[in-house]
Amino acid sequence: MIAHPHALAAAHPATAAEAGPGGVFLWVILPYISLAFFVLGHIWRYRYDKFGWTTRSSQLYENRLLRIGSPLFHFGILVVLLGHIGGLLIPESWTDAAGISEHTYHVGAVVLGTIAGVCTLGGLALLIYRRRTVGPVFSATTRNDKAMYVSLTVTIALGLSATVVANIVGGGYNYRTTISPWFRALSYGEPDANLMTGVPLLFQLHAISALILFAFWPFTRLVHMLTAPLGYLTRPYIVYRSRDDRLGNRPPRRGWERVG
Amino acid sequence: MSGDKAPIGRVMAQMAMVMNLDKCIGCHTCSVTCKQAWTNRTGVEYVWFNNVETRPGQGYPRRYEDQERWRGGWELNKRGRLSLKAGGRFKKLITIFSNPVLPSLDDYYQPWTYDYETLTNAPLQEHTPVARPKSLITGKDMSIKWSANWDDDLGGSAEHGEQDVVLGEISEKIKLEFEETFMFYLPRICEHCLNPSCAASCPSGAIYKREEDGIVLVDQDRCRGWRMCVTGCPYKKVYFNHRTGKAEKCTFCFPRVEVGLPTVCSETCVGRLRYIGLVLYDADRVLEAATTPEDTDLYEAQRSVLLDPNDPDVVAAAERDGIPRDWIEAAQRSPVHALINTFKVALPLHPEYRTMPMVWYVPPLSPVVDAVRETGQDAEDHRNLFAAVDALRIPVEYLAQLFTAGDPAPVDAVLRRLAAMRAYMRDINLGREPDPTIPERVGMGEEQMYDMYRLLALAKYDERYVIPPAHAEQAHSLEELATECSLDYEGGPGMGGSGPFGETSGGAAPLAVENYRALRDRQTSDTPAAPAGKGTRVNLLNWDGKGSPPGLFPPAEPGDGTSGDSDGEVEPKP
Repeated sequence: MIAHPHALAAAHPATAAEAGPGGVFLWVILPYISLAFFVLGHIWRYRYDKFGWTTRSSQLYENRLLRIGSPLFHFGILVVLLGHIGGLLIPESWTDAAGISEHTYHVGAVVLGTIAGVCTLGGLALLIYRRRTVGPVFSATTRNDKAMYVSLTVTIALGLSATVVANIVGGGYNYRTTISPWFRALSYGEPDANLMTGVPLLFQLHAISALILFAFWPFTRLVHMLTAPLGYLTRPYIVYRSRDDRLGNRPPRRGWERVG
Repeated sequence: MSGDKAPIGRVMAQMAMVMNLDKCIGCHTCSVTCKQAWTNRTGVEYVWFNNVETRPGQGYPRRYEDQERWRGGWELNKRGRLSLKAGGRFKKLITIFSNPVLPSLDDYYQPWTYDYETLTNAPLQEHTPVARPKSLITGKDMSIKWSANWDDDLGGSAEHGEQDVVLGEISEKIKLEFEETFMFYLPRICEHCLNPSCAASCPSGAIYKREEDGIVLVDQDRCRGWRMCVTGCPYKKVYFNHRTGKAEKCTFCFPRVEVGLPTVCSETCVGRLRYIGLVLYDADRVLEAATTPEDTDLYEAQRSVLLDPNDPDVVAAAERDGIPRDWIEAAQRSPVHALINTFKVALPLHPEYRTMPMVWYVPPLSPVVDAVRETGQDAEDHRNLFAAVDALRIPVEYLAQLFTAGDPAPVDAVLRRLAAMRAYMRDINLGREPDPTIPERVGMGEEQMYDMYRLLALAKYDERYVIPPAHAEQAHSLEELATECSLDYEGGPGMGGSGPFGETSGGAAPLAVENYRALRDRQTSDTPAAPAGKGTRVNLLNWDGKGSPPGLFPPAEPGDGTSGDSDGEVEPKP
């Protein structure tokens, strides 16, 4: 009897099945496309559109909901980010070596991740509600913003539901044997699509939606994340700057030497 | 270098301003011309880089001087060191997602326009149609409750009077007797401080102080809209552009100042009350002066940071630090330095914020003069005036709260000097023998008194504005005159408008291009005003008087003889 590859994968989720061309596209090609968009897009945007590189804060319009929703979302997503760094980049063997059992790690990650995820999603829900219902905020929302909100919300909701479903239905899913090695392999330049084929559907969808979000990222207002002002902690309070060589807003013409 | 003086640190030049409040008639010309030059754009409808406040009054934004609420400026911490009142670097980053003390739009005011279209489109009806106010933020009907100068001329002071922060500082005794006491106008621009707390508050480091002339500017390419500068500035003179998501502030009209022209607000001032000039200061002593323990000593500390440009040691140090010769000479002729340090009649606004503000004010003597005149006494006589300065504690204490952190002595001294000048010059104007004891009583010589009179009363354009041009051999292109192609800039024409990432993303257009484009849009667009879908609003300022401007009349019914041809002459109806 020849088992269908998918049936095999379903029967033995931990063993890697052969990825078809679709799998190669999703787990090898798409990540690199996404990365290319993310990096080159940011470079291009920074060169072309420094003036548009801003948070576009709407606090002036409305503060009551923002005061709760914005910190809730942002601190939540920072914890989520740290969790992803820890889960994806640190190999299981390292935590084993540190004496942290898989169970301990898992419980910690699920508890912290769920709390942070709920905060993030709750904050985001509040912010979206505010964006839709507060007139001035809604009229300051571009189509680009709306697309970004959809992409961001889908990604976060899929990630949270993947965690919750895996822990309620099954006894949890150890992504550190599949997704994490796949992610690390991508960064070594030795991609292995096979690692991802047996992963539960929600995790797969979360990864794909995240890849799409990253590709879209440089073209949205999310760029403000890359200029998080950490330099403020070390720079002197008062910035002195010499007037530019060129005055006003016109660069000097090419071709003629300046006299004097 | 003489032995008894401390060595001079790094000498820097600062473009500063003095306003003579006695001459301000509260006409708001400075505000209006500034608005036309700098903030007549969407996103900054509510912004006035220059505003004129009636004092006593709440100011703009409302009660901005209440630093216990707005947390602007610097304070001394427990160790006696200077720290930002709204919290240091770490607190700023923790609260970056939602600034806890950002003034709301209602603290400024909801900008509005009127629905003028109703006036021409309304059908025949019993009552005259009304142009309702529409919010420029929500686009909905609104009732106008406040604006940048709502309490102009003490309007509504019976209702809002007790809201004045400075009055609250003084005492109970003068509550609500405004009409019987005093009133004056306070024009305000950015202070271009020596120790700017807005710059210190900016997480991105986008706000900087220019080394050459001390003008404080926001780098629009580096601003990320974290909004901390709005809180940091105790004068609330940094504003958030809600369309571009960037901070904007008074620029001291640097494109004009760089080519030797005064700022727009000064140029157009009807009362000619503004003076612009350089001061030289010792940059190494700014922090020390701002850390002066007692608030009431800050005025003297701030004055002492400024260097005497006629002192040969200062000149030598300035040359050592690379200040051009013509700038030093301009500093020597500076009317600002003369009013601050030679005649000592100019005072800084709220030195207790410890930002070392560089727009100074000659406090108004007129409340005192008016009070004397109302008693029937001779209001030009120095004895009466001196007695009145001593007796009229209310104006003096109020001015002291504004200009010297509550210490009445310097305000007293300034007012006595102004009173003495008034009395002394009356004798000269009436052809009488001048009385040398009058200047003597305020510690001045006759010649000096006359010089002060010249500067305060007669000074012409080139004496009021001593502005050395920047060393720019590109001044021609700076002026954006029409002798070069005004569309000849990076990216070329056709850029601008609404980019893919929101309003006006993709690089700033030169002002000339922006103005050109705005004019063209107004002339060619069906919807001259910003919100689309407003139908046909008409700007009569662009109408050359021929025919009828497009949109003045609603389109004619089809088949009607007079078509809506707006270009041709309109046929007179029988």
